[in-house]
Amino acid sequence: MRRAPFRAVIAALVALLGFALATQVRTASRSEAGLASARQEDLVRILDDLSARSQRLQSELADLEAVKARLTSGTDRRQAALDEARRRARTLAVLAGTSPATGPGIVLSVLDPQGTVRADVLLDAVEELRDAGAEAIQLGTVRVVASTYLVDGTSGGLTVDGQALQAPYRFLVVGDPRTLTAALDIPGGVVDTVARNDGASATVEQRSVVRITALRPASTPRYARPASTPAPRG
Amino acid sequence: MIPALALVVGVVAGLFLHPTVPLWLQPYLPIAVVAALDAVFGGIRAWLDGIFDDKVFVVSFVANVLVAGLIVFLGDQLGVGSQLSTGVVVVLGIRIFSNAAAIRRHIFRA
Repeated sequence: MRRAPFRAVIAALVALLGFALATQVRTASRSEAGLASARQEDLVRILDDLSARSQRLQSELADLEAVKARLTSGTDRRQAALDEARRRARTLAVLAGTSPATGPGIVLSVLDPQGTVRADVLLDAVEELRDAGAEAIQLGTVRVVASTYLVDGTSGGLTVDGQALQAPYRFLVVGDPRTLTAALDIPGGVVDTVARNDGASATVEQRSVVRITALRPASTPRYARPASTPAPRG
Repeated sequence: MIPALALVVGVVAGLFLHPTVPLWLQPYLPIAVVAALDAVFGGIRAWLDGIFDDKVFVVSFVANVLVAGLIVFLGDQLGVGSQLSTGVVVVLGIRIFSNAAAIRRHIFRA
């Protein structure tokens, strides 16, 4: 008599356990993805985690954006520097005589059938042409550059950079034709000076296109090295 | 035999009735289930030992569930609900393991 009620209670309790077990399993599996059954502090923690993670990702994003901007501007700068360097290299190649040049200019012909024109007259002519803004000069078959020298030849004629030239001398000059012509034609100028020598004469011919094809090999400086920083010291 | 049948009936009822757990009960139900499992394993062990008592089982079952629920409730009030429920689950899990080990020794003699 004493055990029967307990038996029923045990059965009821165990049935309740099974019921609760099944219910809980269903609830847990259903709310696995959802947050409906999470307790408040868990939700707060999840929220905190998410906001902290979001902050971390935000700062990471900002870092990466900065890197990207730096790389992009670096590429742009490098491209600009490269373009500038190429432009300068072309200019310097014309000045150094390592590259052919073409453009408007003049042809100065010095006729000297009697061989009376000395080197200093032609050197004056070169200086005059430079002063007048000549950007590229060719004398005969020699490209005239900064280091060009002109001396009288041992058997008449002229030696330019070690190369013997004979009259008539022909200057091909790229530059503003009118300025160059004016500089050569002024009284006491090159044309005048040449004409003072016996039998010699100089004629200037303006051309819309002068082609300078004589080249000078690029020489590597033996001692001088480009300085990385052009900052002058006191 | 009857308790096993009752367990199956309960599981089937839970599976087929699709009950919705009330919101206030949701934090306590898993702990209560684990506590009840602990009581059931203890009961099986006592039965195998030949010292099973109906009254002790009922009292321990109810007390286990109530104490587990109370601890979790207290933890919620103190703000350490999730940690405390983890602790309760660990303790009950250890007890279930030791009871299961005793049952295993009874059944398999090993």
